[in-house]
Amino acid sequence: MSAMNVDLAAPRTRLALFLLAAPALVWLLGLIVLPHVELAALGGGHLAPPDVEPIGVRRAGQVGVDGCALAAVDQRPARVAPRIYEFSFDNYRTFIDEPLYWHTFVRTAAMSIIATACTLLIGFPTAWYIVKIARGQAKSMLLVLCLIPFWVSETVRTLGWMILLRESGVVPQFLVALGITTQPVEMLYRDATILVGLVYTSLLFMVIPLANALESLDDALIEAAYDLGGNAWSILRQIVIPHAAPGIAAGSIVVFMLTLGNYLTPTLLGGKNSLWFTEQIYAQFITRFNWEQGAAFGFLLLILSTVIVWLGLALTGQRFGDVMRRA
Amino acid sequence: MATPDLDLEVDCVSKRYGTHRAVDDLSLGVRRGSFFSILGPSGCGKTTLLRLIAGFLEPDSGEVRIGGRSMRGVLPNRRPVNMVFQHLALFPMMSVGENVGYGLARRGAAQPLIRERVATMLKRVGLPGAEAKRIDQLSGGQKQRVAIARSLVLEPTLLLLDEPLGALDLKLREHMKIELKQLQADFGTTFVYITHDQSEALVLSDHVAVMSAGRFEQVGTPQELYYQPRTPFVAAFVGDNNRLKGTAARADGDLVELESAQGLTLRARPSGAIAAGDAVEAFVRPEVVSLSRDGAELVAPVQSFAGRVESLLFDGANSAVLLREERTGTEFRVALPQTGRFADLRAGERVAFGFDPQRAVCFKVAGA
Repeated sequence: MSAMNVDLAAPRTRLALFLLAAPALVWLLGLIVLPHVELAALGGGHLAPPDVEPIGVRRAGQVGVDGCALAAVDQRPARVAPRIYEFSFDNYRTFIDEPLYWHTFVRTAAMSIIATACTLLIGFPTAWYIVKIARGQAKSMLLVLCLIPFWVSETVRTLGWMILLRESGVVPQFLVALGITTQPVEMLYRDATILVGLVYTSLLFMVIPLANALESLDDALIEAAYDLGGNAWSILRQIVIPHAAPGIAAGSIVVFMLTLGNYLTPTLLGGKNSLWFTEQIYAQFITRFNWEQGAAFGFLLLILSTVIVWLGLALTGQRFGDVMRRA
Repeated sequence: MATPDLDLEVDCVSKRYGTHRAVDDLSLGVRRGSFFSILGPSGCGKTTLLRLIAGFLEPDSGEVRIGGRSMRGVLPNRRPVNMVFQHLALFPMMSVGENVGYGLARRGAAQPLIRERVATMLKRVGLPGAEAKRIDQLSGGQKQRVAIARSLVLEPTLLLLDEPLGALDLKLREHMKIELKQLQADFGTTFVYITHDQSEALVLSDHVAVMSAGRFEQVGTPQELYYQPRTPFVAAFVGDNNRLKGTAARADGDLVELESAQGLTLRARPSGAIAAGDAVEAFVRPEVVSLSRDGAELVAPVQSFAGRVESLLFDGANSAVLLREERTGTEFRVALPQTGRFADLRAGERVAFGFDPQRAVCFKVAGA
């Protein structure tokens, strides 16, 4: 059967491999690498010539229709001559000089981390129950139940939350009926509401990798630890969590990135106060036509997610490749 | 009530799953320092029994006493019992040293003491200095020893072993059998071992209980089980046997004459009361039957038959030959003598064979 031994170095095999990989490469290059190169270039772009008098400069402190403060605008020229660029870090300096921008940035990062932690806290017992306690049909039913909300679009799901939580909505009315509150409470537009929405949206992406990781944990290991004198807490800490660590990391990375880049949920549930960084990017690109600033923000968000994921892996002593393979 | 030298007493214990009686009103006692095996086919309830002893299951009725102390309501992590699991269940996220030291650490022992005890234990199981190794660096036999060391370091009253050799290949299994017996003799801990492999049970144990359908068929030394089986199940399950069914044509207390449906008659020692006309089963061990090319060699009390060699089953020292009795076509498995006298035996050859009726055993078929 020597004909079956495929020589990976043979020119024909290499061509076949290349052709097989081509769609993926086109996708990676065209939809991920090139746009980011463009983003980087745009974000570093400074409009020239600098000596042209600005037309219609908005003053610092004014609040535009997009809700963005305009501190930095008057320090540089507005759009006068298209397609003339000069490299500079002005757009990044704007980000640092304007507290609103980096406050939003830090807040988005912190909220995303909290949302990821909450998702993990809820997702872990859920995955445990599905994998280790539920039997037979109940097991697949529970997984399907986790999946069912995703048959509805995210917009509709989020609007569902709004119907439940707004002042005239189901939950506040119910609280009044129970006599817990004397009048309906507005439950939308709070940080906690944003978190609820984010956790709800991300739960499936945490449960699946966790369930995969826990599935491969031999029950005998838990029994052996119990037999040797372990208790629930020590077994969780020393046996279950180390075993599930790649799954926990994979779920957390996916949830963190989804949350950080989420636009709809914070906007709808948090309203004007949500101060989510993606809203700033949207505002720069769409409302203010400041593509250069938006691109710089987009790039900053990419750097933020990379740094936090790297930090998370470094702190838990894991390697990205292992995590992705095990998840 | 508690006998002082019994480490394990199981007293009328039952465990049901729905209507299925996994363990059915079972009692047993295991003497201190002995090697006790529970032998049975899969699904006979032996794993359930072991889990009842370990504390992973609570009995529906009856009581388990370990070291004279009732274990009712005592959780597995509080019982003076440790278990070696079927696939060993070593913790892959820990080193060998951490695995062996796990139980001591859970008891709150100080680090220097743990290190010292782990080192001593690893030396005793023949793995000195293996503390820093990862589990996946060990061979099958070494893993086995680590699993035993991990349990024995806690100095349990009782060590339970759940078919720990099942996952090993044949050669290693033979080797580990001997090692396990030596370890047990060395430590003097009471071992309760469950297996479906009769050779493991016979080689290792001081006492064996043969289990079927939630009950013990017979409890005794390996020799008793082999030479004096008390039920047809034990005769068929322990060792090889020729099994012949028929009715008792004559019964005179000392010997029963069985007549098979094909018309073969043979005499055997009865086990229990058998009357003429009863449906019976006789068991004849392959090594009890002697072969002869010259029928005159087989003299009374040996009853002799003529047969033709159907096939040769060569397996070194365990070689056997399949014979078909000439008149009735009944098949017999006969062990070849070690002397090499029949090394030139060929299929199709005609030979005489026979056995002493006292060395064959006959049972009345239950429910007939």
